[in-house]
Amino acid sequence: MALAKDYASVMGRSNEIMKTALGLDYQDFESGSVRFDYETLMKSTGYTLDEVNRIQTLTGVGHTPLLELRNISALSRKYAKPGYGARIFAKDEAANPSGSFKARRAATAVYHAKKLGYKGVIAATSGNYGAAVASQAAMQGLKCIIVQECYDSRGVGQPEIVEKARHCEAYGAEVVQLTVGPELFYTFLSLLEDTGYFNASLYSPFGIAGVETLGYEIAMQCREMLGKDPEVVVCTNAGGGMITGTARGLLKAGATETEFIGASIDLTGLHMASDKQFNLKSCTTGHTGFGVPYATDPDHSDVPRSAARPLRYMDRYVYVTQGEVFYITEALANLDGIERGPAGNTALAAAFSLAQDYPEDAVIVISETEYTGAGKHIQPQLDFARDNGIEIYFGNPSEDKPGTNIVLPGDPSLIRCREADIDRMRASLIRKSVAAHNPNPTAEDIAFLAEETKTDEAFVRSVLEQ
Amino acid sequence: MVKKGEWVRIHNVVLDASGRADRLPDDTKQVPLEMWTKGTLLADAEIGDKVQVETATGRIETGKLIEVHPYYKHSYGKFVPELIKIDRQLREIMYGGEK
Repeated sequence: MALAKDYASVMGRSNEIMKTALGLDYQDFESGSVRFDYETLMKSTGYTLDEVNRIQTLTGVGHTPLLELRNISALSRKYAKPGYGARIFAKDEAANPSGSFKARRAATAVYHAKKLGYKGVIAATSGNYGAAVASQAAMQGLKCIIVQECYDSRGVGQPEIVEKARHCEAYGAEVVQLTVGPELFYTFLSLLEDTGYFNASLYSPFGIAGVETLGYEIAMQCREMLGKDPEVVVCTNAGGGMITGTARGLLKAGATETEFIGASIDLTGLHMASDKQFNLKSCTTGHTGFGVPYATDPDHSDVPRSAARPLRYMDRYVYVTQGEVFYITEALANLDGIERGPAGNTALAAAFSLAQDYPEDAVIVISETEYTGAGKHIQPQLDFARDNGIEIYFGNPSEDKPGTNIVLPGDPSLIRCREADIDRMRASLIRKSVAAHNPNPTAEDIAFLAEETKTDEAFVRSVLEQ
Repeated sequence: MVKKGEWVRIHNVVLDASGRADRLPDDTKQVPLEMWTKGTLLADAEIGDKVQVETATGRIETGKLIEVHPYYKHSYGKFVPELIKIDRQLREIMYGGEK
């Protein structure tokens, strides 16, 4: 008998569909209360860091250059007090086969899918991950479907996302495009069920294990080039996979003193599920619309428990504006001669500002660059903004109002990242976890929540007592 | 008429406005969830007809025929004068301009 394919029926089968499509039973990691066994989930891939490196090397993924951005560092130093202004380095992840660090996540997931005998892979993504999965599927001979949220109800697509659809099709993938809304998950589940393909989720342990090599390489390259570990690694933060995997890789390399800073474009005030506001964004990733909800509630993703848990690793979380990211993207091309991004340059805008607070010999690494293409470039993104009624002008980025204007910094001294209230996010994660799993957390739960938020049990207890 | 075997784009309504999820912003709740896919047309048809296509992965998908030989229209965008100003400013600060 054919299964009912209406919304309620498919959503009701979500757990079974996921189990079949991941080859993993997440129940194995649950305690029945708030705590789940994160490290056992991460080990469930069965691949060590060395094996992940070997899998990635088979398809030319990883081992990307670490580039010193000498001129951007020198420019930043002009605005620092004497003796200050750290050296900024970029891990040139655009050199991966599909043009972004997402190739690392896809390589492991697609390899695993093939090993388990799946005929194809599906991923729900409007970003670089689609092309990464499509590229890996092409290399490893699997079929590939990418499900994108791409258009508003007028049928107007975000140029950055339309480009990513083209990129996926270039690798032979099928692209299913949708209008705005979280019910994308229904279409995604339905496709998984109909095809029997593997869920190449961004948030599976395979995906995150794939990013660990990035952190490991940063540690090794810094030791080789500079004789030390970086003082700071800044990661553009959206779903949290970048900072989780990179930090884990650095820690596995023994870089225990490195500070991990997440950076997102501040889009506070724009609702991510709003049809009308969809095209008022001028960057479709690396922003707080993903960064904050995924940090405070990582498990609302497309797997039962996300392997991307940014608050476990993040020491600080800073915000920059769209205008600052566009300006720094132009600076990267004009001063250091590499055209990348823009969304991946979120961490660079933050690093430009952060560098001024560190001594001249300190090393700040931004963990990624990404490819640039038609639609996915500051000119079409600014042009699209202007066409959608967004005011663009030079001024102080503190005047930034997402969905209303893009304030390009009047000069580089005005690029100043702002500290997000990470303790508030930690408290939010604690409250949401308890509400979802057990209103009377056990002692083990408290210890788990301290790990989840990189705090201590006293902090967790103080949040729970409020 | 569009011939069988042509590469086309089709459109579907996945959920009517009335069938959308709870807890959506009001503007999104008022519009349907729509979907676009591409594939090879399985029988001769006219634009606007309900048709079947075979997608790149070999799935059979049904929808309204909307476009034949679909192509991408995104670009590097129209001229944005601010970018010239940024370039000049950066060079002036770093190298003292074209003196």
